[in-house]
Amino acid sequence: MIETVTRPHREHLVRWAEDKPEVLVLSADLTASCEADAFRDAYPERFFSLGMAEQNMMGFAAGLAREGFFPYIHTFAVFVTRRPFDQVAMAIAYPNLPVRLVGFLPGLTTPGGVTHQAIDDVGLMRLIPNMTVLEAGDATEVTSVLDVAQAVDGPVYIRQLRGEVPRLFPEMAPMALGRARFLASGDDLCVISSGICTEEAMRAIAALQTRGLSVCHLHVSTLKPFDDPDVLEAAAGARLGVVTMENHSVIGGLGAAVAELMAEHGVGRRLLRLGLKDTYAHGASRPYLLREYGLDALALVRAVEDLAGERLHIDDGDLAAVRLGTMTAAEKTEDL
Amino acid sequence: MTQAATMHAPTPCGTPATAAEVRRVADAVRRRVLEYTLKNNGGYLSQACSSAELLTTLYLRVMRLGASTAPLVPRPFAGVPRPNNPNAFTGADYNGPRGPELDRFIFSPVHYSLVLYSLLIELGRLAPNGLDAFNQDGSTVELIGAEHSPGHEVTAGSLGQALSQAGGIALARRLKGESGRVWVFMSDGEFQEGQTWEAFAALAHHRVGNLGVYIDANAQQCDGAMSEVMTIEPLAARLSAFGAEVHEVDGHDSDALAAAAEGFGAGDRPLAVIARTDPCRGIELMRERAPKLHYVRFKSDAEFRAFEDLLAHMSEGIGAEVGP
Repeated sequence: MIETVTRPHREHLVRWAEDKPEVLVLSADLTASCEADAFRDAYPERFFSLGMAEQNMMGFAAGLAREGFFPYIHTFAVFVTRRPFDQVAMAIAYPNLPVRLVGFLPGLTTPGGVTHQAIDDVGLMRLIPNMTVLEAGDATEVTSVLDVAQAVDGPVYIRQLRGEVPRLFPEMAPMALGRARFLASGDDLCVISSGICTEEAMRAIAALQTRGLSVCHLHVSTLKPFDDPDVLEAAAGARLGVVTMENHSVIGGLGAAVAELMAEHGVGRRLLRLGLKDTYAHGASRPYLLREYGLDALALVRAVEDLAGERLHIDDGDLAAVRLGTMTAAEKTEDL
Repeated sequence: MTQAATMHAPTPCGTPATAAEVRRVADAVRRRVLEYTLKNNGGYLSQACSSAELLTTLYLRVMRLGASTAPLVPRPFAGVPRPNNPNAFTGADYNGPRGPELDRFIFSPVHYSLVLYSLLIELGRLAPNGLDAFNQDGSTVELIGAEHSPGHEVTAGSLGQALSQAGGIALARRLKGESGRVWVFMSDGEFQEGQTWEAFAALAHHRVGNLGVYIDANAQQCDGAMSEVMTIEPLAARLSAFGAEVHEVDGHDSDALAAAAEGFGAGDRPLAVIARTDPCRGIELMRERAPKLHYVRFKSDAEFRAFEDLLAHMSEGIGAEVGP
């Protein structure tokens, strides 16, 4: 069974920042909603409430960073990336300031509807020069992403998870900048997933393996820079092709990054991108939305059927029967 | 699903409602919001406490709206607006048809959606079972409404964005020579966003005199008391300095709320009515939860039962609901 961790960021932020007096938290009226309330209570002198005024907050963060502090902005992903885009680009990214933009409620993880669903945040942040883009996919990454971000010389966008978060990867295997995780090896096809889609992909791949398919599965947590040689190698080695799966628009995010990488290296394989197909979504529950917009395990099965050119006779019952545990990195049996 | 509303809601065009009628409707709105907060084990309850009289007064005594042309039971979600989707719609038809002399209503802080849905029910614009779909998958009756939700015309959940859009609508109506006005309901928290002030600057600069804003100044936001998070005071002085005609009233006093709008629409300045409100009004139990009132999630069975008892008590003391 997959362990579920309740609010892993909340307490970890407090512990992690204890010996880092230069780390500050800035909030825009979503303090507890972004699990920054424990930090606020523990270090009130290092917490700044800036109200619902994100453009101004980005400027304050830039000023603080210029003076040697490390501001960790906490708000919803949409409010980090859409409203204050110009301020992020000009006040923070252009001078390459070490501001960490922690954006919560990625993609379809909120029932708050279109205004709260960050479906373009990865694309927007990847567009900005100097910006590093990270995404947490489980509880281990929710906590270890802070060390990765803090080591970056420049601004970092963190696509962060809150609330009940599954632990897919062992605590001893923290996120590493620019390194994907191998979750399965195989050479029929390659699945590259990020964020909450990785759990869906794991479920689908377990079912696909019972149909005799050999699947290579990579989990990506660094979306920019996107130069992991393992990703390129896995894509090139997939006989039937590559499927990307992300809780985001298929434009600008993981699928786009993989497409760019494959094209630039002349990898002539088919690529199917699962994600929001250039559409907005609406407010509803997460399982409903993942099904409605083709982001769940069954959507991956259908994509693989397309690549394989045959029906695999896998249904919801087969997928529900899959029992997942915390994944250790797969042996790279064909590591040359 | 396509059944048209057959009931005609009272409008200020006919016989204006009295303060007593507003009070009755407002009480019913609070009751229904509490009922659904219990049903969902959580909800935006304090918003009903603070804004019930304000929104009711707008619908019954201020805005000139026609009868609803929308189905009594809300349509399911028909997909996002896009070129190949002719089925997408807005919830503006719950506020009646468009007409040169009719007013328009723009609902900005959509975390208040349940309050608006409940009010639409009391006014006969929405059937009581129209709320069966509240917060259900595939429904337009969303927890945080968007433009497809009943009574909503713009997508405003990214707060502080609706006023500028309403400004554009008001400007267009002036260009078209329409006499109808544009009313915007806002929350005070939205005055932290810079865009709100950019909007007031533009309204004053372009002498937009057909747009009025009612502000639920309940001094509360998600993180707690606004004075702790980021103050916006002195709000009246700031709005005056930005060129608005400002009225500051008791937001639970329907007569005062209605009087602020009297004769408005022929001048060349936007109207701002600051309604000072109490986020616990009518549901005293809420005070125990201060200063965090933004979203109620019951902390214990005992608390849940206390609110349940309160609902039963509120329902006893009141006769038949107003409206059909």
